[in-house]
Amino acid sequence: MKYRNIIKAFTAVALVLGLAGNSVQAADLRVGVEGAYPPFSWKEADGTLKGFDIEIAEAVCAELKRKCVLIEQDWDGMIPALLARKFDTIIASMSITEERKKRVDFSDKYYNTPAKFVAKKGSGLEISKAGLKGKRVGLQRGTTHQCYMEKIYPDTELVLYGTQEEVFQDLVIGRIDAQFSDSIAADDGFLKVDAGKDFEFIGGDQHDEACHGPGAGMAVRKADTDLRDQLNAAIKAIRDNGTYQKINAKYFEFDIFGG
Amino acid sequence: MGESIIAFLNTWSPLDLVLIAQNFDRFLYGALVTLQLTVIALIVGGLLSVPLAIIRAGKNPWLNAPVWAFTYLFRGTPLLVQTYLIYYGIGQFEWIRETAIWDPILSQAWWCALIAFSLNTAAYTTELLRGSIITTSRGEIEAAKACGLGKWMRMRRIVLPSSFRRALPAYSNEVIFMLHGSVVASTITIQDLLGVGRWLNGRYYLAYEGFITAAVLYLIIVLLISRGFRLWESRWLKHLYPLDAVKTKPKKSLASFRI
Repeated sequence: MKYRNIIKAFTAVALVLGLAGNSVQAADLRVGVEGAYPPFSWKEADGTLKGFDIEIAEAVCAELKRKCVLIEQDWDGMIPALLARKFDTIIASMSITEERKKRVDFSDKYYNTPAKFVAKKGSGLEISKAGLKGKRVGLQRGTTHQCYMEKIYPDTELVLYGTQEEVFQDLVIGRIDAQFSDSIAADDGFLKVDAGKDFEFIGGDQHDEACHGPGAGMAVRKADTDLRDQLNAAIKAIRDNGTYQKINAKYFEFDIFGG
Repeated sequence: MGESIIAFLNTWSPLDLVLIAQNFDRFLYGALVTLQLTVIALIVGGLLSVPLAIIRAGKNPWLNAPVWAFTYLFRGTPLLVQTYLIYYGIGQFEWIRETAIWDPILSQAWWCALIAFSLNTAAYTTELLRGSIITTSRGEIEAAKACGLGKWMRMRRIVLPSSFRRALPAYSNEVIFMLHGSVVASTITIQDLLGVGRWLNGRYYLAYEGFITAAVLYLIIVLLISRGFRLWESRWLKHLYPLDAVKTKPKKSLASFRI
C-alpha cells in the first residue's frame, strides 16, 4: 500500500515536471549559434554574443513571441547537435545546400553574399586551376567553401580549420597562401580590421550552385515543418516591417538579402 | 552483384558504408599520419627522457631543478594547450617568423605537433623512468660495486637495463596515451585519423560515419600496440615472474583476454 502511494507520488511529480518541461519548450526557442564568425556572430570579452545572425535570431524570436535561448556550438558539430535536439534551429549563416538538405530542412534564405579569395597585397596569385595548383588555401571545415574548392580546384592543397578566426590568424602568420570564405565575413571580420590591413580580395565572386546554394537559411529538423513555416513567416515579416533593414544597416552598407 | 550489395547496404545499413568504403584510402592515410607522429614523438621523447631521468634520479640540485620544472610544466598542462602555444603562440612573434627555423619547421603544422608531442611524452617518460631507476634493487647495485664497476658502468650495465624492463608495463600505457593524445594534431589542420573523420563530417554532415571509422581504426592500432607490449613483456620480464608461470602455459580464462 505504502509503495503504491510512493509510486503515485512519483508519477504525479514526473507528470508535473514533464508538463513544466513541455511548456518551457513551447515558450523558448533554442537557437544554435556559432560565435566565431564576425560580423555575423562573435563573442564579446564579457561572454555576450553579438552580430548580424544574433540580432536576426532575436528579431525572429520577437516575431514568433518566443524567448530566444542562444546556444553556442562549434561549427562542425552544428547539424549533429540540431539532430540531437540540443537546440531547435540553427541561425548561424548556414548556406542552404543539397548535401545539408539530406540531413536537415531549411527556412527560406535570410541573406545571400558571394564567396571570395583573400591573399596578401601584391601576392600575384592568379585565381585559376593552374594558378592555384599546389597552393595552400585555408578555409573553415564543413562549409560550402570546402565543397567548392574540392569540386572546382581539386589540385589545390586545402588547409582545414575549425573556425574562421583561425583561418585569418594563419593567413597573417603566413602559413597559407590564401583563404577562401564568404566575402562579407572576410571584409568586415578581417580586411577592415588592423590584422588584415596588408591583405586584399583577389579574383571575383566565386559561385557554384550545387555547393553554395541559394544563400543562408535557418536549419530545422525535418520533422519540424511547423517551425520551418513559422520561421519563413517571421523572415518575411521582418523584411516587410523594416526590422531586417535596420539590423542590416548596423552592419553593412548594402542590403545583403540578395536578389 | 556489386550493385545489389551497394543497394542492400544503402537501404539497410544504419551507417553509410559505401561512403566509408569510397573514402577508406583517406582514413588509411590519416592512420599513417597518426602513427608517424606518434612513433617519431615516442622515439624523440624516449631518447630525451633517458638523460633527463638519470638527472632526476641523481642528487645534483643544479641539474635536477630545471628538469623537474620541465616535467612539471609539461605534465601539469594539457597537451592541447601546449600544441596551441607552439602552433599559434610562437607564430605571433614577428622576429621568430624571420628566423631561419620558421620556414622549414615552425611554420609547418606537422613539426609543431611533433615538437609538442615529443616534449610531452619526454616529460612523462622521464618521471616514469626516474621512478624505475630509484627503485632498482639495492642488492643489484651492491653486487655491481663488489665487482668493481664504476658509477657510469653501473648505470649503463645494471641500473638502466633493469629499469627499462621494469618500466615496460607502465610505458605501454604512455604509448597508448600518446596515440590518443595525437588527436590534438587535428585541431591544428593536420589530417590525422581524427582529422579525416572530421573532414568527412564537414563534407557530408555525417558524424557517425567519420568518427566510428576513426574509432575502429584507433582500436585496431591500440590492440596491436598492447599485444606487442605483452609479447615484449613476456620476453624481457621473464625473470620477474614465478618460475612455474613461465613453464606451464596459463589456462585460458576470460581474464587472459586483457588488451
